Amino acid sequence: MSDSPPPARGASPSESPTVDVTAMPSVLARIAGLALRYPGRVALITATSLLAAVASLTLPRLFGRAVDQATHLLAGGAAQADAARAALLVSAGLVIAATSARGLLGMASAYHSEYLSQKVARDLRIAFFQHLQMLSFGFHDRVHSGDLITRGMLDLEGARTFIQGTMQPALALLLLLAFAVWMMVSTEPAMALIGLAFVPVAGVAMARMGFRLRVTWLRVQQMMSALTLTMEENLQGIRVVRAFAGRGFELGKFDAASNAVLTFQYKRITLRARGVAVMQSSFHVSLIVLLWYGGRRVLAGQMTVGRLTEFLTYMTLLQSPIRQIAIIFNSMARATSGGARVFEVLDLEPQIADAPNARPLVAPKGVLRFEHVDFHYDPRGRQVLSDVSFEVMPGRTLGIVGPPGSGKSTIANLIPRFYDVSAGRITIDGQDVRAVTLASLREYVGLVQQEAFLFDTSVGHNLAYGDPWAEDARIEGAARTAQIHDHIAQLPRTYETRVGERGVALSGGQRQRMSIARGVVPGPGVMIFDDSTAAIDAVTERKVREALARATETKATVIIAHRLSSLMHADEILMLDEGRVVERGTHAELVARGGTYAELYELQSRSDAGAVLDEAVVAEAGA
Amino acid sequence: MSGAAPERQDRRGRKPRASLGTPEGDDIFGAFDTGIIRRFFRYVGPHRRIFVGAQVAAVASAAAQVSIPLLIGRAVGAVVKHDVARFQASLVGLALAAAAYVAAFYLAEWLTQRLAQRVIFDIRRAMFAHFQDVSLSFMDKTHVGRIMARLQGDVNSLQDFLESTTGTVGDIVVLIGIAVVLLGLDVRLGLLTLAMLPVLVAIRAVWLPYSKAAFRKARDASSTANSALAENINGVRTVQETRREQLNFELYAEKAQENFRAQVGAAWMSGIMTPTVDFLTGLAMAIVIIVGGNAVLAGRLEVGVMVAFVLYVQRFFDPVRMLSMQYTIMQRAMAGGYRIFEVLDVPVAIKDKPDAVALEDFEPTVEFRNVTFGYDPARPILHDISFKVNPREVVALVGPTGSGKTSIIALAHRFYEVDQGAVLVGGIDVRDVTLDSLGRRIAMVLQEPFLFTGTIEENIRYNTLSAARQDIVAAAQAVSAHDFIMRLPDGYDTRLGQRGRNISVGQRQLISFARALVADPQILILDEATANIDSFTEQAVQKALKVLFAGRTCMVIAHRLGTIRDADRIIVLQQGRILEQGGHDQLMRAGGLYHHLYTSAHASFDDQVVAQTGDAEFATRT
Repeated sequence: MSDSPPPARGASPSESPTVDVTAMPSVLARIAGLALRYPGRVALITATSLLAAVASLTLPRLFGRAVDQATHLLAGGAAQADAARAALLVSAGLVIAATSARGLLGMASAYHSEYLSQKVARDLRIAFFQHLQMLSFGFHDRVHSGDLITRGMLDLEGARTFIQGTMQPALALLLLLAFAVWMMVSTEPAMALIGLAFVPVAGVAMARMGFRLRVTWLRVQQMMSALTLTMEENLQGIRVVRAFAGRGFELGKFDAASNAVLTFQYKRITLRARGVAVMQSSFHVSLIVLLWYGGRRVLAGQMTVGRLTEFLTYMTLLQSPIRQIAIIFNSMARATSGGARVFEVLDLEPQIADAPNARPLVAPKGVLRFEHVDFHYDPRGRQVLSDVSFEVMPGRTLGIVGPPGSGKSTIANLIPRFYDVSAGRITIDGQDVRAVTLASLREYVGLVQQEAFLFDTSVGHNLAYGDPWAEDARIEGAARTAQIHDHIAQLPRTYETRVGERGVALSGGQRQRMSIARGVVPGPGVMIFDDSTAAIDAVTERKVREALARATETKATVIIAHRLSSLMHADEILMLDEGRVVERGTHAELVARGGTYAELYELQSRSDAGAVLDEAVVAEAGA
Repeated sequence: MSGAAPERQDRRGRKPRASLGTPEGDDIFGAFDTGIIRRFFRYVGPHRRIFVGAQVAAVASAAAQVSIPLLIGRAVGAVVKHDVARFQASLVGLALAAAAYVAAFYLAEWLTQRLAQRVIFDIRRAMFAHFQDVSLSFMDKTHVGRIMARLQGDVNSLQDFLESTTGTVGDIVVLIGIAVVLLGLDVRLGLLTLAMLPVLVAIRAVWLPYSKAAFRKARDASSTANSALAENINGVRTVQETRREQLNFELYAEKAQENFRAQVGAAWMSGIMTPTVDFLTGLAMAIVIIVGGNAVLAGRLEVGVMVAFVLYVQRFFDPVRMLSMQYTIMQRAMAGGYRIFEVLDVPVAIKDKPDAVALEDFEPTVEFRNVTFGYDPARPILHDISFKVNPREVVALVGPTGSGKTSIIALAHRFYEVDQGAVLVGGIDVRDVTLDSLGRRIAMVLQEPFLFTGTIEENIRYNTLSAARQDIVAAAQAVSAHDFIMRLPDGYDTRLGQRGRNISVGQRQLISFARALVADPQILILDEATANIDSFTEQAVQKALKVLFAGRTCMVIAHRLGTIRDADRIIVLQQGRILEQGGHDQLMRAGGLYHHLYTSAHASFDDQVVAQTGDAEFATRT
């Protein structure tokens, strides 16, 4: 893609640090829908939550009873002592049973919701991964890889926590609250009113806090990624920084970015502390009023001490679930923004996909044809290719040359259908590339790009990328063809040597040779070299080309280059300019014609100023 | 995809040569180390008063928290005894305690968390500043991703620790307070209920290693799955080109499943504590009911006290759980802290001498005097190198990989310190001048142009803040970058994407030239790019180089024949020694290594021409 920069990498679709409240119902319903694919598990969570709430709420009653038993005992005197002792024992047994049940059921409910959420996350992860592989180059040109990684990691995790951070606690809380209200109201309505008065106040405060914390957190994250970028660029460009004595300048940048984060962190802290203060104040006010009112009723003989204890215990039991409302709302907001960002990607239809009636490509000969092909990345944007036609017979080579942005790489990317033509058609043995299956087409077409992307794994894994089952001999053969075998043989663990992140350990020319070898391994029927020898010195390139010519003897080959020596031997050469074929013919014809090609040839052959000494070759020469 | 599947089946017999994703290796739990704690607190030092304030507030809030159930118990006790006055007094006390609790809690949280953030930023800044000073050999050896992990992950692991400091103090106070109150209320009942605590502590001690192992496994699994995802996204074009979708999908599905299992395993481990605590709570409550009830019966205990016990029992497991969690947090902070201080302890090898002078008004020369240097002193890269670059002379350095060219230009800029000999700029040893003035006099253009996120204008200006817009434009015009910049959507205000991906390699290079030109150094050091760029941009680059070289002292690591030929002098290096030097013609006549290199890079093109066109005359013409 060197010569045709993708149409303006726009900012990714949804980057503003807010939580879209209107999207909340649909996104959350969709996540819930994913969870409901496991109805058994959902039922189990509901049942255990319900029983845990019941177990939990029997405790206050048991306490109340125990206190009453003790006081009655006090009042009744020694006569009832044995009966009372027995009652106490029963209460104690019930308390142990209730707390144990509460613990076990609570754990079961929490564990199964975690299990369910992880299962949904796994499903989402796999779907996301698979979908990204299907989305066309056009999509990947537009969206930054870092953005996609964030979506697949953080946003997806955000969507997951909805199940175990919102659904389960909300369910547990609602059940607990419903039971508490029922039990309290059915015994002492006035007491219940006082005791529960803090619930709406604290609930609203917690909900607001949870939601706002999320929004502030998004801001913090945004500021944080700006800070990360500043630090990362500083470290990656440390030589530039040192070379220009930019220490002070860089620290200034750091401080600015850092202070922006700090401001929002402080805001977040204040929000949180305030929310918790409101929650605790309202709780304690309720508690004190309840105690005052209840105490007076007990004093007036209208209620037992046991009942008062029971109510006090209800309140303590409710305190921490109410506090969880903040977490619930936070995770709801998080799930909304995260889920929306994950679904946004999942809902994109791959622009390039098999046609409904697509058949595998059948190419006994392998004739590649472009018929009046037009192409543009964006209907409103500029035309990248206009009326391009050519034919490459098996065993023949087509050369394509032209200035940057003339559409050379686009031609290369159209053949394996990484983009679809806007008009005209591309055929292989008469079959339109859009009518055959992508798998068979891409298997048949081998494309070697200029920027060789190598994976962070061994040399062998990289070479076998296109055919992981290739025999060692075939991989070595491909490496020899690409003139890289000798270098690999010198590596510490030869083909098992790890390439290092993005191939930093290899020179540009070596990486290109690796990528050529990788392209050769599967033995494609049509080979396209998109400026894939640019960083290789001329001597090695010629060796590569000669070896390739033997390997691709019977195949149609397309070579795109700006170095004319790379393609002057082609059977036909197209000179492109602004997406049009301006000249075509053999090298000799084009030179004779005296047009742009001849001019370029003159320029390149007269001045070798641009010729490159490949470090590795120089090293071989020097040795 | 469907087409590829059956074929795979046939070859199932063998394992595919394929993998996806790698986990990160750092250990996440560290042992307690007072040295690290002490060093953390050195960063707290400047904010001592806030720290002390926060701790006082935490103690106050804990004390108030402990007193609340006690006061409730007293109120209930008063009710039972029909003591209205005591009841009302208890209520007033309760209101005061609650108010004090809320206020102190708010203050403690607010102060601690702000302080934690402040300290984290101070530490991060110290690290960042340190990275600006440590030697480049350290930076070369250390992967940027790893440094970032320290600046982000390790620093953030401190956040939890620092934010939990007041929590720790508070929890300890609460625990002691509850114990004191319970024992004070009733020794026998107190001892019996408190007996649950050591049981819980013992259970947690057994449980913790398993829990940590499960946690660690979950973390590894998730980082493996994430790195697999990242790898596939970054290489998605290659994946599609090579039809690896199906195989990668299968590999990833395995990772996702492993991650699922590990996460669920961790959830099981952390979940198991809930029923344990609940059971112990139930046991303690049962003790209160039986023993307390009997004591009430025997007249030895007030009902109010029993109520207080019930309320306390419900809360005294919390601080134990919290303290145990904080212990884990602390261990993670230890691991993080260890790595942070490891960074901060990397010695700064290159710094200004106390009496360093600023480099001003000097003759722009660079001289190497018997320089011996190696990144590892035992294995020198340069052996006894001596040469001098005269004012406004252009010297090209040529030689095979590992011949020491890069080390020479790095030494000229004092990126490293020589082992023997001296490097002189303007006749002064570089070790005697300030680094800042050296950087401002010598500009360096790197092989791989590095662009920062920001506009084109900001990139050209970089830290020459005095440069106005017209200076930027003039520099761009001088290096033939103006035309392409003006064709960009927003001209000089066009924002560059990640590392300038939206412009071509050649164009990036021109911008880095303009950056050097704006800095207007007397001495220019240039490491020419090896990447082959198209002939059209190539011409612009060659023209721009002439502009850059004009009137400056230049040292160039040259890769292009044109650049080499244009140099006033060529120094040919091999294995850290100067093999030959002189002008192009002189060296060609000498027929040494330079001749060999030059002809091998040069002749190939003409061979082609001859082979293709039979134009022997053409070959001789050049």
